[in-house]
Amino acid sequence: MTRVALHQVAHARAGDKGNRLNVSVIAYHPDLWPLLLEQVTADRVHALFRHRGATGVIRYELANLHALNFVIDEVLEGGVNASLNLDIHGKTNSFRVLGLDVDVPDALLPRLPAFRSDP
Amino acid sequence: MGVSDTFLMGCGAGFSGDRIDAPLSVVDAIATSGRPGAIMFETLAERTLALGHVARRADPTQGYEPLLAELVGPILPVCTRAGIPIIGNFGAANPPAAAVLLQRLAVGAGLPELRIAVVHGDDIRDRITLADLAVWEGDAGLAGSTDGLIAANVYLGARPIADALLAGAQVVVTGRVADPSLALGPLVAHFGWAWEDWDRLAAGTLVGHLLECGSQVTGGYFADPGFKDVPRPEAIGFPIAEVSADGACVITKAAGTGGRVNVRTVTEQVLYEMHDPAAYLTPDVTLDVTGIAVEQAGADRVQVRGARGHPAPPSLKATVSFEGDWIGEAEISYAGPNALARARLAAEVIGKRLDLRRLPVRRRLDLIGALSVFDDDGASLAARAPEAPEVRMRLAVSGAERLPVEQSLQEVLALLCCGPAGGGGMRSQVRNRVRTVSYLVPRNMVSPQVVFA
Repeated sequence: MTRVALHQVAHARAGDKGNRLNVSVIAYHPDLWPLLLEQVTADRVHALFRHRGATGVIRYELANLHALNFVIDEVLEGGVNASLNLDIHGKTNSFRVLGLDVDVPDALLPRLPAFRSDP
Repeated sequence: MGVSDTFLMGCGAGFSGDRIDAPLSVVDAIATSGRPGAIMFETLAERTLALGHVARRADPTQGYEPLLAELVGPILPVCTRAGIPIIGNFGAANPPAAAVLLQRLAVGAGLPELRIAVVHGDDIRDRITLADLAVWEGDAGLAGSTDGLIAANVYLGARPIADALLAGAQVVVTGRVADPSLALGPLVAHFGWAWEDWDRLAAGTLVGHLLECGSQVTGGYFADPGFKDVPRPEAIGFPIAEVSADGACVITKAAGTGGRVNVRTVTEQVLYEMHDPAAYLTPDVTLDVTGIAVEQAGADRVQVRGARGHPAPPSLKATVSFEGDWIGEAEISYAGPNALARARLAAEVIGKRLDLRRLPVRRRLDLIGALSVFDDDGASLAARAPEAPEVRMRLAVSGAERLPVEQSLQEVLALLCCGPAGGGGMRSQVRNRVRTVSYLVPRNMVSPQVVFA
């Protein structure tokens, strides 16, 4: 088992509507999808945004796309018209989620896009 | 179903401020294919519409998309020659004025007979009482005073767009319509789908959802060097959907353009700004993407099929905008040895100065380069910020009045002499904001009309 950043395992995109943010997390390979399901939980994502006042996180599972979709409520400090954050839309937060750690079984390491086998 | 039976739906812009040279490769590809098609322009975010209303108030001939002439002017000749209708919400807060400009462009291009249709009915400011309407659940925490109303625009659907095209429009100018409806309208007009054929309407809505952000499905907003590389991002080809009569589509782009279309670019855009993937709501239909298949079908070609539809929601969403507050931002850089400590000291000094002067503003301090966008307004993470070669201290303040906001920013300017050593590159700006809140409007309060210019 090797611990890596989620960024090695999945890609992501964030979008805003009002004071609500969604972040998709998409496995780089279908074999990595069960690992996302098991380790990238709504609770862990909520913990990343609690300091910004997030009141709740819903995780939707899309087995057909090997993806998760997180909907995070009340996280944008009032949204584009009220926030004092530089990033009023919260679009940089896809990479906050990708900063989570995940444990990857060694047999799956070759599935990671930046995998380099030792010489 | 052969290739020749497909309809080519292209997109020329995904937001107000998109690349103005993008639409030409899209319409050239549609024209040379010999197949029927149309091009859509999505240039109207919630905030953009409010800014349009402010512009219209200052000058009744303004309030539409500021880049309209640059976006549409160059493609009018080929679109007219090849019979490619242009559909856009570039009318923004003033669709009739946009039509006047388009008419002038057409005359200038030797096309005085161009048939331009304007969709009316999204502006409901004079027809509603806000106290009678429910606030959309996602904005429950944002609703406040209803003083200072600027505008109220309801999201219209695809029907008036399809009606305009069937009546012979070559350009359809709208204000607020649901973004995916800009594609669904031409698809319904072409294929003759029924307005209760929910699976077809869902499939056409998914096409529109994939196209509505322009290059975001063809390699824009995607590159992550070493992980997700994008060829020639300086020349990304904007998307074209080859749509079949059953609603399945292939997302692609013009040959010879930069960018990339693969399962990853398309999947990111499927879920962009989506909440419940089984219930993506538009005025036209409830779209369910939980059973779709996204598959590579060749180089820069991705097939998307399997969208399911359910009846459209009973209410329509409306964006209501109000006069907002004043926001001011000021920044100053510290670099080299001990940069973080000096920037941190600058932030502390600013905090104390604002307290001392008792200025009536809300404030936030950032250490850009060490920690900024991931922090909260209380800077609760900033204590753990890592050392960085350069740090830019940022102050952001907001308040109901302009003067205390300006007075706060002046404190950052004063750091040039009174602050920590080696500060430089101070910049500041103040601007007025517009506050928007989404409401739900019963359908019977809304009646779209199509008027030919």
